[in-house]
Order: sequence, then C-alpha cells, then structure tokens
Amino acid sequence: MALKTIPLWTLYGLRGGKVTTTWPRGGDDGQGGFIGMPRFDPTRCQEGCRQCAEACLPGAISMSDAPAAERLTVDYGRCVVCQMCVEACPTGAFAPSNDWAFSVRQRDDLIWRGAEASPEGVALKDGIRRIFGRSLHVRHVDAGSCNGCESELQALNNPFYNLHRLGVFFTPSPRFADLLLVTGPVTYAMRGPLDEAYLSLPEPRFVMAMGTCAVSGGTNGGGYACGNGLDGVLPVDIFVPGCPPNPAAMIHALLMLLERMPQGVHGGRIVAENDDA
Amino acid sequence: MTTGAGPCANGVLVEDVAPSALEHRCRAALETGARMQFVYAWFPHEAEEPEVRYVVHAASYQSPQIWRCRPGPLSLPSLAPIAPLLSWHEREVTDLCGLRFEGQPQPEPLVLLRGATAQQPPLRPGSAMPLRYVPAPHSVVEVAGSTPQDVQLLPFGPIRADVLESAQFLFFYIGEGILHYHPQLFFKHRGMEKRFEGAQTPLAVVLAERVSAVGSVAHALAFCHAVEAAAWCEVPPRAAWLRVLLAELERIYNHLHYLGHLCHTTTLKVGEAEGKYLEELAKQINCRATGSRFLRSLVAPGGLRREPRLEEIAAPLARLRTEFAGYADLLESSTTHLDRLITTGRLGKQLAFDQGATGPVERASGVDRDSRRDQPYGAYEEMPLRVAVEEGGDAHARQRVRIAEIANSIEIVTHILDALPSGPSRTDCHAAPGTEGLGWAESPRGSVYYAIHVHEDGALARVKIKSPSFSNWRVFPHTVHDSNMMDYAINEASFGLTIAGCDR
Repeated sequence: MALKTIPLWTLYGLRGGKVTTTWPRGGDDGQGGFIGMPRFDPTRCQEGCRQCAEACLPGAISMSDAPAAERLTVDYGRCVVCQMCVEACPTGAFAPSNDWAFSVRQRDDLIWRGAEASPEGVALKDGIRRIFGRSLHVRHVDAGSCNGCESELQALNNPFYNLHRLGVFFTPSPRFADLLLVTGPVTYAMRGPLDEAYLSLPEPRFVMAMGTCAVSGGTNGGGYACGNGLDGVLPVDIFVPGCPPNPAAMIHALLMLLERMPQGVHGGRIVAENDDA
Repeated sequence: MTTGAGPCANGVLVEDVAPSALEHRCRAALETGARMQFVYAWFPHEAEEPEVRYVVHAASYQSPQIWRCRPGPLSLPSLAPIAPLLSWHEREVTDLCGLRFEGQPQPEPLVLLRGATAQQPPLRPGSAMPLRYVPAPHSVVEVAGSTPQDVQLLPFGPIRADVLESAQFLFFYIGEGILHYHPQLFFKHRGMEKRFEGAQTPLAVVLAERVSAVGSVAHALAFCHAVEAAAWCEVPPRAAWLRVLLAELERIYNHLHYLGHLCHTTTLKVGEAEGKYLEELAKQINCRATGSRFLRSLVAPGGLRREPRLEEIAAPLARLRTEFAGYADLLESSTTHLDRLITTGRLGKQLAFDQGATGPVERASGVDRDSRRDQPYGAYEEMPLRVAVEEGGDAHARQRVRIAEIANSIEIVTHILDALPSGPSRTDCHAAPGTEGLGWAESPRGSVYYAIHVHEDGALARVKIKSPSFSNWRVFPHTVHDSNMMDYAINEASFGLTIAGCDR
C-alpha cells in the first residue's frame, strides 16, 4: 500500500475531471440561493414608520423629516446583509434579493438615490488595462476581519473558482503587488502595518476595500479599538460591500478593477447586468 | 439566574464566594476533576468596582456553576498558579476591566498590545474613548548563556504570506530547531464584547454572528442559549432540531476546510484540492438551503428567524458523503502525508486538560469531553451523536478526530432530515431587565460560551464571549517549543485555530 498512494491520488484527481466553473463566461457562478442586499422600493414606504431603521444595527438606514418616499437614506456600504430590515418592514419596501455584485468605484454609488442613476463610473487611472494587461497581483491585508472575508478569499483558489485561470494571483510580498486588498474595520494595532504595506506597493497601486467592515466599519467598526474601515485611511479604488462578499462577488470586483467586467450598481441599485470577461 | 443562589433555566447555579475562600474552593474543585472554564468581570449598575464571575464545570454535574466574587480594593488573588488555564482570562480582565490579580505569574498585558493605553478600563460602562497607541517592543524571553548570538529571532507577521489572518509569531531558533515560540495575537482585537453594550437582544445576534465567521452558528447559538436561560424560554422542538442541523452543517464545511489546509502543509496537492473542493460543495449546500454560505441570519432568541429550504440538502449531501468516504480513506492510507503528521505537535492528556484545550484538540489528546453530550443543549440528546476520541495527541490524532466528526455530522443531518418534528420554529423570548444568563455550544473548534447581563432598561449591559480559539491558542505554544521549523506549519494547521475568534 505504502508505495502506491501517490499514483492513487493522481488517478483520484483525474477521475474527478474538471470541476472549475467557466463563470463569468457563462456557466454556474456557484451562488444559487444566495440572499444578497435587500432591494428598496420607497413608493411602499409608510408615513411615520421607523421599523427598518430601528432594526438596522450598523446604521445603514437613516431617516429625515422629508415626506414618505424621500425620507429614507439607504447606504449599502454599511449593509451587513442581515435581513433584519426585510423582516421588520410591514409593507415590503425592503424585499430580499440575490443582488450580490455590488462593487463600485465611487463610495457614493452605494447610497440609494431615486430618480436618475449616476453617470458611468469614472474610468480608472489612465486605463488600468494598458498598465497591467489582463493580469493582476494582489497583496491581502487582514485589518481586523471576522475571518469571513478570508474564508471566501481562500475559496477563490479552490478548484471550483480557480482564480488563476483569470490571471489574478496573490503574492507574499507587497512589493510584487498591484493591488492592496484590505478586509476588516482597521483595528488600532493593524493601522501601522497596513500603512507600511501600502507604501511598499510600487506605483501605480490600487486599493480595494473588501467587505462591509473595510468599506464603512459595518457592525464591528468604531469603539475603543477600531476605525471605520478605510474611510480616511487609504484612497480606495473599488468598494466591495457584503458580509462577506461571496467568491463570485469578489471575482466581479477584481475583474471590474481590470475593466473586464462592468460596474453593475449605480445610485445604490443594480442598473446594468452584462458580462464581458 | 436573577439574584442569589438557585438554579436557572438551564441548571446553572450562582453562588457567592468570598475572595479569601477562592483558592481553597478552586483547589477543592480541581481535586474532584472539575475544570475552571473561564473568568470574567463586569460592572453591575454602573458600579465603580467590577464584580467577578468564575465559570466552573464540575465533572459530576451537567451544567456549569458560577462563583460570584466581589473583590475589595480592585484586586483578587490569582488562581492561575493553581489552574493555569485561567491565566489568559485573568490578564484579559486586567486589561479590559482594570482589576489586578495578586500573584499572577505573567502580569504583562495580553489583549491590549504593549504601548496601547486606555484612559479608563474599556469595558467600564460609558467608557468610549479610543485607545492611545504608541507601538512598543514585545516583552519576550531574554536569551542568556555562553553563546546567545547563536540563537536567532524570526519575527513573522502580522501580515503573513498568503491569505491569512493577522498575527505575529516570534521564533527563537538555532538552525532547524525552535527553542522558544511566542505568538503575539490580538492585532485583531476589535472590542467585540463592548459592541454588545446597549444593543437589544434580538438584534445583538447579528453581532454574535460576526465575531468569528466560520463559527457563526455556534456563536449565535451560545448567545441565544444565554438569552433563553435569562428569559426562562424553551424553544419549540422543531427549532431545536433545525438548530442542530445548522450547527452540524457548520462543522462539516469547517472540518473539510481543515483537511484541505492540512494537505496544503504536507504538500499533498490533490488532497488539498479535493478537501477545498468538498468544502466549496458544502458551502454551496449551505447557500442553497439558507441563503448564506456561513449559515447566517437564521438563529434568533426563541428559535429561528425563518426555516431553511430542507429539500436542497439531502441529495447533494448524499453525494458529498460518498465523495468524502473515498477521500478520507485515501488520506488515512497516504504514507507521505501520515509520516508528516505522526508524532508532530504532540499534546499530552494532562497538559491538554490543565491548559484548557477544547474541541477536537482535547479529544485528540484523550480528553473525552464534548458539550453536546456532557452539557446537552438543544436536541442533541435525540441525535445519533458519537464523540470521537483519540489517544495519540499528535497531528494525526487531530486529523482522525475531524474525519470521524465529519462522518458523524453527516449522519446527524441525515437523521434530522428523516425525523424532523413538525410544529412552530419560533417562540416569544424576552429577557427581563436585570436578568442574566449563561449559554454554550460546541463549535467545530470546541466550546464557546456567552454570559449576558441585561440592563435595567432592557438592553444588554455586558456580554462576555469565551471562544474556543482563545483556549486553544493558549495551549498551542506548548507543542511548538523544542520542535522544528519543518513541522511548524503542519502543527499549526492541525490545531485548526482562528484568530478572529481568539482576538474578538
């Protein structure tokens, strides 16, 4: 038995065949059943009702004294996808959805705005495709996450998503990286190492705020030991809310940075949905 | 568990113990095989001085007991010289509540990094000032002897290679041999316990789910058990069964990840790919059944917020079971893999018990404890639960325990799908002002405890979290001293530690 195990593993691996998805070029994104950001329909909103805002722990929903349809502000950059607002809302103004491709270039695009969608996301610094081609090297920094974002980032290299096929690689050293990918609300102890890692990246360098904690602090930010994500800490090129963003949402964000997939969310709503990987 | 002595909803007894009697009581308890689970402090009624609670688990009694202790002038005798696992807990109390323990063998800060100062103890109600922080060097061992220059120091982290959680590891080594190892944790300390202060109990479960993502269900369960104990609430049978289903689905994907990662460290490439692929399949089952790959947003005080889609589980789980059986057999017969595991990171039974190892780590060292069986909660008494115990104490024993637990978890989930009782899956649960409760659950990494205190205004006044990784990180360095560099990554993977849970 002893001598035979390695050939057995080879056969075992071959027997399984190719399990990698072809998504985003067609194929299964692996997120069947996923419950994402609640959809907001202000026309159903009742005068004087505050139940959603009171049920929102991270404060993503805030109220003003304006008339019913305009008094709510919904900031998806603070949403942790807990669905408490959906359960609290008596009229269905918040409804569950499977919207998870929520990456944006401008933080403001995560704030729900009525009438018109914002203009197309501003083109990245001088055409990132010209600089990096289709490839990207990423240095990840955990600045105090709950390990959810890490669990999903680690999943990107499993055989189902197989991130390498898209030309995206994680590097051990920030000096080889194009992108600093940050998770967590930025604890007091990780602030220094995070700054050092950022300054070690060669220019041009990009920053991605991965997960609601890194975007805004979420439920875990603030307090005696934390900041509120990358706000005021580093210049952010892509915001990826989600708690945690699922692996397909992470791939969408990485390809969006490379201008290989379009931004879907404008004014806090998914307004375009087509793939161009 | 309101005031004074007497049993509460889940059988937990609170008893007043005078500071002068602590050492005697502790010795007497340990002699009968009890384990001091943890200690925490809180400030009742905005008091100036903290009140201290010791949670003790006697060998002969199903529920833990609580010793309530009111220290006088901000100090108590340290119990760490008698019960070493209390050492880290006492140091945390000192850092966060400002209480000193006389005779504490390692009186330096633990949870707050050196150089971090708080104007007030951070856990004092109303204290909200951010920490001030001027990074300072760690105080670790000094190297002496005739040729101290031969000993090299490797500080690794807090940002490490690959996608990993932040922590710094200090290795004192000569060549391949590690003389001394010091994990500097708590870079990720977020003050999670403070985040609960002032929150309403039904919403606070959202926080509990975000302490350690890969233990979302266990944390939510332990928190809800504490609320339900305070409220004298019994959840309906269907909810209790469905909670077990969620907890075992959590164990399955965690342990599969563990096996894949362990193969990564022994460079068994196909084994790594297969383990991580099976983990992905398990997470996709979670997603289709609950809408969340981490099984979040279901558990609530009083039962479940909504029912999982059970029809999504049986067929893919049956396929996973077949795949896993072949995978586990192959792992257990791969000599190149097993050679790296056997004798690596050996943890003896006595050390495991005394230093507070928990979960698969202690069970792999021959300590036959599992709170699903020993302090039963939910519907576990009606489940085909088999507690896996191994005597080896090495990385291989830890792999074997996890393999056995995956198989048993699949069996439990299948049993639930077959025999789930009908009825409601939620009941009203309201913890009255001024009450308190203790709850626990067996996470994939071991026992997690939540102790909650409800303020007079009905919001949470204090929540203490005892996470399994906090316990196991305390134990882990004992298996690293005097080992070698080549085995380190394997040993660390075999413990299956998280840092988010430990640091909170």
